[in-house]
Amino acid sequence: MPGNLHSHLILLFANPSSIMSLGWVDSLLIVIYFLFVLGIGYYLLRFTKTGDDFFMAGREMTAWIAGLSFVAANLGSLELMGWAAASYQYGILATHWYWIGAIPAMLFLGIVMMPFYYICKTHSVPGYLKLRYGEGASQLSAVSFGFMTVFMSGINMYSMAIVMKVVLGWDINFSIWVSSLTVMVYVVLGGLLSAIFNEVLQFMLIWLGALIVPIVGMIETGGWGGMVARIHQNFPAGDYTHLWSTTGSFTDNPMGIHWTGIVFGLGLIISFGYWTTDFLVVQRVLSARDLRSAKLAPIIGAGFKMFVPLIVILPGLLGLAVLPGLVGENDKQAIAAGAQTYNEVLPLMLARYAGPGLLGLGVTALIAGFMSGMAGNVSAFATVWTYDIYKPIHLKLTKNEGTDAHYVKIGRWCTVIGVFVSIGTAYLVQQFASIMDYVQALFSFFIAPLFGTVILGMLWKRATKAAGFWGLFAGIGSSVAMWALVKLDPSALKYVALSPYAKDMAENMYRALWSWLICVIVTVVVSYMTKPKPESELVGLVRGCTEIPSEGDIPFYKRPIVWATIIFVVFLALNIIFW
Amino acid sequence: MAGRHKISIWFIIGSLLLIYGVIIFISNVYEWFFPSQTRTIVLGELHFGVWWGALLIIIGLIYFIAFRPWKKSVA
Repeated sequence: MPGNLHSHLILLFANPSSIMSLGWVDSLLIVIYFLFVLGIGYYLLRFTKTGDDFFMAGREMTAWIAGLSFVAANLGSLELMGWAAASYQYGILATHWYWIGAIPAMLFLGIVMMPFYYICKTHSVPGYLKLRYGEGASQLSAVSFGFMTVFMSGINMYSMAIVMKVVLGWDINFSIWVSSLTVMVYVVLGGLLSAIFNEVLQFMLIWLGALIVPIVGMIETGGWGGMVARIHQNFPAGDYTHLWSTTGSFTDNPMGIHWTGIVFGLGLIISFGYWTTDFLVVQRVLSARDLRSAKLAPIIGAGFKMFVPLIVILPGLLGLAVLPGLVGENDKQAIAAGAQTYNEVLPLMLARYAGPGLLGLGVTALIAGFMSGMAGNVSAFATVWTYDIYKPIHLKLTKNEGTDAHYVKIGRWCTVIGVFVSIGTAYLVQQFASIMDYVQALFSFFIAPLFGTVILGMLWKRATKAAGFWGLFAGIGSSVAMWALVKLDPSALKYVALSPYAKDMAENMYRALWSWLICVIVTVVVSYMTKPKPESELVGLVRGCTEIPSEGDIPFYKRPIVWATIIFVVFLALNIIFW
Repeated sequence: MAGRHKISIWFIIGSLLLIYGVIIFISNVYEWFFPSQTRTIVLGELHFGVWWGALLIIIGLIYFIAFRPWKKSVA
């Protein structure tokens, strides 16, 4: 190795301020991982010929593949780093984002909404809106989704780069460029098929890499009881280990939230908005090979999602027990004195327990999480941009539908552009105080009103074309306005979030609730003022106009509704156990 | 799930876990007998890496064998 290059690599990989440095075994595991994901992309290139192959993975995924990919696409940086940090900050309350903030919505998607998405054979959620409401609502949602997707992707990259800097001392720019270019290569080669295959692989690695911390952590603290005792000893003033019992008042819990915000804002609006209308996750289910698989996929996903707190929330709680000195990122004085922030709790815990090889596996799990989230965003962005933004413009300008091969080519270029725009976004998000809170704000801008538009479109025949557009527009506009109002005048928080003590996450929940309500009210009012579509045009799109195919004579244990019921009962039981 | 693809994703996962398992198992067995003093691991005396490596080998082998592409399909 030339001397200059060697010195440069030493500077890159061995920053003395990092938590640890990797041994050769750890580095070998990471290199093997990168070779595998690139190899999968190269192997699948030969199977990615048509638009359906590239954008919809050939619509031939089993329920298990689609279900695991559905959850893995969401297991990005937010899940691994962000929620471990949030659980250190807010305690077990962060689990609400996995249980009430996910499970009911995922089951609802599988049982109620999936038949409509699947039967109409749409390529995307904006594609459904085009069929149901026409161009206006579709374009608005496509453009807003495009923005949100690149922001999310940028956040993913930034989070990953921070982890690599903190854990290994890697240069931020190096991490951003290497990981994003790797994702770009395998998604450009194999499209959604490659993204899904890699997501399933990444899902396994995330679990096997991240489980090390809760297992050894539980041994160290002496089990759940021992961990809770240590947390109480370290933080006698706060209650970090109850899900619901402290949410009767804004001031009784570390998040500053009331249970109404959790149930209605998170459980009914943000969660249903994200899990049922965010194309990033819905796209994975649309790749299922038949309707039963499409219905089962989110239900399988819900089953796994329910246990993700084991590898995300539990490490944060264990951090409260064994690493009590971590500070917030705004505590500049403590950080200057050498204190570490709770954003680093997961890598700190990993460094605490992981020996040779295991550290590489844990770091690979983190990289896998970031890459699966990024690939999810990029592949969804390419689909929406190609089909819902580019195609109508191309048709208008050329009066030509365009060939399938042309759209595959555009999809590949969109992937490249999406990655580069995301890289730019990654540098932008560095200035925001809290990554998680910022993402929640984004959700409430776009996702909550979109859920209002989609659900009314699916369940209410009377909703009209104009109502779809104006409802969505009013919802997004009001959400941005409320956010800006609180930024300009913080005292307005008591109106938006119903309490002057509400923290950022609580504010986001209430803002999502209000923007959804505004979307629904405007949609209903405008619908009654305008002419509805004839029922014949709503077949396959709206409940009451669509015949859902029978599941036939399959045994009861293969029926989606049976599994949805079982998972819902477990969900209820978990909430009661950790009340 | 192989579908029209000759190689199942589960086979790929099995292969990777098998490779990871072997590397982690061997490196941790070596560490057990010839410990390095680079850094202190909490509960290092449990030699968790040895058991985790063995677990990865078992899981990897199951997937590797069950979904091997050269497996004869039952007509």
